Parts: sequence; structure tokens; C-alpha cells
Amino acid sequence: MTIAIGLEGSANKLGVGIIRHTPSKPAEILSNIRHTFVSPPGEGFLPKDTAIHHRSWVVKLVKQALKESGVTVGDVDCICYTKGPGMGAPLQSVAVAARTLALLWDKPLVGVNHCVGHIEMGREITGADNPVVLYVSGGNTQVIAYADQRYRIFGEALDIAIGNCLDRFARTLNISNDPAPGYNIEQMAKKGKHLIDIPYTVKGMDCSFSGILGFIDAYAGEMLSGTEKRDPDTGELITPEDLCFSLQETAFAMLVEITERAMAHVGSTQVLIVGGVGCNERLQEMMGIMARDRGGSVYATDERFCIDNGIMIAHAGLLAFQTGFTTPIDESTCTQRFRTDEVFVKWRD
Amino acid sequence: MAPPTPRLIDGTLLKQGAEAHVYKSTFLLPDMPCVIKVRPTKPYRHATLDMRLTKHRCVSEARLLNRCRSMGVPCPAVYFVDEKRGEIIMEWIEGPSVRDFLNDYMDGNSDPDPNQGGGAAGTQLDTLMQNIGQTIGKLHDIDIIHGDLTTSNLMLRHRELQAPAIESPRQECQGLAKNNISTSLLDFDVVLIDFGLGQVSNSDEDKAVDLYVLERAFLSTHPRATRLFNIILDSYKQNCLSSAVVLRRLQEVRLRGRKKSMIG
Repeated sequence: MTIAIGLEGSANKLGVGIIRHTPSKPAEILSNIRHTFVSPPGEGFLPKDTAIHHRSWVVKLVKQALKESGVTVGDVDCICYTKGPGMGAPLQSVAVAARTLALLWDKPLVGVNHCVGHIEMGREITGADNPVVLYVSGGNTQVIAYADQRYRIFGEALDIAIGNCLDRFARTLNISNDPAPGYNIEQMAKKGKHLIDIPYTVKGMDCSFSGILGFIDAYAGEMLSGTEKRDPDTGELITPEDLCFSLQETAFAMLVEITERAMAHVGSTQVLIVGGVGCNERLQEMMGIMARDRGGSVYATDERFCIDNGIMIAHAGLLAFQTGFTTPIDESTCTQRFRTDEVFVKWRD
Repeated sequence: MAPPTPRLIDGTLLKQGAEAHVYKSTFLLPDMPCVIKVRPTKPYRHATLDMRLTKHRCVSEARLLNRCRSMGVPCPAVYFVDEKRGEIIMEWIEGPSVRDFLNDYMDGNSDPDPNQGGGAAGTQLDTLMQNIGQTIGKLHDIDIIHGDLTTSNLMLRHRELQAPAIESPRQECQGLAKNNISTSLLDFDVVLIDFGLGQVSNSDEDKAVDLYVLERAFLSTHPRATRLFNIILDSYKQNCLSSAVVLRRLQEVRLRGRKKSMIG
């Protein structure tokens, strides 16, 4: 029986989670708490402010996580932290916190790849054993499949991530960032009904979102400055809700298409969606229809595990720790660039 | 906008990819074989978007095929396009794919080693590789990017296809592969198929990525044939006008493996 505490802070969420692994039993989540830095409408979160947020909350969150879990410091076997990828300043403040705890409590450190954390937690929660993984968040858009001890990237966004595209469009429309810009876009999209023509940019298993963002930003800009836009078929006015709807329908169709291509390529019928955008129910629905047509199914988790959290870092870190992996304190750095396929996955066959 | 009613296709399903289904059937005459490529409706996406994409892709693939053909790059002739249904009916290319041919060749010939060259079969194999390089060179000269160059998408077609003496070029090639050279490999054209991911572009980067895709596909399916791929590149160099810049770019593409470094 081993217990790990995980610290995550690669973007605007600070998460602390405590997990227990018992051989031949599912992992037990002892606590999983999060505090999010929310920027005002029309603004993104800046690295400096986000780092200040993480620094001022980390002690409180660690104390609360320990209290909720009912374990003592002595029970903890290792301290896992996000090594990357992510924003530099927030990553650093969490790495400093993890190092401090390791020295204070005299426990080994385990540096974890954020993307691998998402994948492993998704597999653990859904029970999907060998799925094609669509990892979609504010910083990442990747289609991943496992082969020979690596999570290999079959396709990805060649420029900005899907979540970044949605977040930035939310800023253009001045939508609230609370609880998350993508969530608010999803709610508005439910009221949209006219599909406007947006560029659709898929190249094999890769895709691109910057052109789409540029297009829809300009379109919204014209609308906000008073130009009336009408649907060519019905003559009805185009609303901001229609824009959210069109953006989601187009961008998600691209994601489903590249995922389907990867599934056909590797011959898999399971698909697992992870990352913050993976909470979106329309994306889950579209992916479900595609998977059903291929005779398979879609696996997705809810916001506790889709959105960045500490438990996934604890889980993936503990998997590595059980194979003998630790990060010596003088190597306990963090990095903004850390590709999913750089991690040697020793814990899988 | 309701999608058109699906038509029952009279033919055998050859391949079901992520995007399209490919059938073998006949066109106009019962002895005129053809290929029907269908892009079925994707129920997961908005009907308007689905219609727009299907139509666009269907038309663009047919245009690429026509452009290749009119510029002398061997590819299937387009017989009929029904863009609303997302169907292209095109010429049936009889013959093995280069992938199957090379696999048969490797199975049947432990000797001579394809990496050594020499021997009648070896020289002919070299000529085949030169043909591949030349065909891709021609394709890139007319600014068409194939998008999915693999050895499965390169076919070998006998020049005198309709000649009654040749009952099955596939068997012929197998015979040939097993060193029973009754017909010369020189009698076969390299034909490009499946332009589903193709595009028109004059960028060196796109052309280099095209070659890189072929290199990866070639070396992963035929690991013993590294020397053969270099013949393709040599021939490409001699036959494509912009080959110097493209091959220089290929070096860069190989180094970064097409993928960017991950940020955030």
C-alpha cells in the first residue's frame, strides 16, 4: 500500500490531491481539492499573477488536503509535482513548494508530465484499458495512442490549442472567466442555431485553430461595432450565441475527425477524452456518435478529473514511483516544454 | 438541407477508412471495372457542415486527379463525380501496390539483397525505384502535394494492360518478384492513387513533408530497403525542378520529425 500527494499548478488552477494504491484494487482518492485563479472578463491569466496566486494558496491547500484525507505526513510515501509542460512562473512556484515539502518531511520527489497525468487518471477512472486518447485543454491538443512504453502523439494542433482558441474568443465577447470561459461558451452555444461558415483546417491527423480564431474574432468584431449580420437562408440576425455554436460545431468536428483517423490507423474502437475541454458535453456527444458508428464507445470524466487537478499528478507519479522512479532534489526542475512522448512509461506492458 | 438518400452500391468493399469507403464495381459496361470512392455522411457533425465538407473534398480530389492526368502524372481517370452524394467513380488500376510487390519480393528473394543491388532483378528493382522518384518529381513540379504518400498508394500497372496475354498482372508481378523474370519490370508504370489528403501548393515545406511521409512509410514497412529509398531520392533530384530546395528542407524536416516542441 502506497500513498502519494500530488501538486499541480501548470496553469491557472492550483490542485492538491492525495491517492492510495493498494495492489489489485482500484486507486482510492483520499482528497482532491483545487483553487482557481480567475481573471476579469476580457483578460487572460498572466504568468506573474497566477504564480502569486499559487504561492499564496499552496500551504492552505496542502493542509486542507491532508486534513480531508485523514492520513498523516508519516503515511505519505512520495511527493509528486508537475514538471511540465505549462507556464513557467506557476510551474516554478509549485516546484518550490514540492521541494520544500520533500525536505521538510524527508520524502522522495517525483516529477510528473502533466499530459501523462491526465491520461493515467482518465484510464483509472473510466476503466478504458487501451484507448486512443484525445487530450484537449487550454495548452494542449493531441491525439495519442500507446505503443512500446510511450504515449505516442499521432496528431496535434499545429499552432494554438483548442482551449486557447475558446478562451480567447470568450475574451473577444467579454464573457466571464468564472468558472471557466469554455464553460460559458458551451452554455451560450446551447442557445445558438445558425451555423456560420468558418474555416475548417484539418491536415491528416493534425489540425490548426489560429485561422479559425482570427476569422471568428474579426466576424465578432464587426458585429460588436454595429454591423448587422444575417443568416443567408432565413434572413435572421446572427447572435453571439450563434457564433459560440458555430465555433464549437466546427472546431469539435475537426477534433472528432482527427481522432477517428487515428482510431482507424491503430485499429482501436475505444476513445478517451481528457483535459479541460473534455468536460464539454457537446464534444463528448459528438465523439460518442463517431465511436458508436465504429462499434466502440467513448470514455470521459467529469470536471473533477478533466480540469487540472492534483490527484492525477499524485496518481501518475505514484505509478512511476512504484517502478522505482524518483527525481533527486537537484534535478527537480520544471520545464515549459515537455512532450508527452518523452516519458518512458515503465508501468505498462 | 436534407442529405441525399444513400444509394446502394453494387460492388465489393475494398477498404473502409476513417473518411471514405472504397468499392470495386463496373462503369457503364459490365466488363469495365471501376472504383467508387464514397464519403459517407458523418452523423456527428452538423448537417450543413457535413454537406459542405463532403462536397468540397469530393470536388477537390477529382480536380487533383484531373490536373495530374492532364499534366502526365499517372493516376486513375475520373469517370464521374456526384459531389452531393460524395461519390467519385474512377478508373480501376489493375496491379499490385508497390507495398505488396516489395513484400513479395523480399519474401521470395533472400538473395540478392535489395541493399546490394546487382543481378538482373536488382537492376530492375533500381529502375522501379527510379520510376517512383520520377513520378513524385513530376507531381511536385506541377505543385501537387499528395498528402499521404505510402507504398500502398503507389500502384504498378502494366503498360499493355488490356493485352489478353496478361491475365493477372498481380500474378505476373509475383512471378517477377520471385525472380522468374518473364516480363520486365520496365513494362510497369508507377500510378499514384488516393488523393484524399492532397492539395495544391508550391511550398518547399509541403513537398519535403510529402517525401518525409514516404520515407517513414517506406522504411517502416520495408526495413531492409534503405538503399532503395536513396535511389528514389536520387531520381527525384534529377527529375524535379525544385528538388534542391526541397531536399534541403527534407533534412530539416527529418531533424525535427515534423513535430513542434510542446509549449504549455
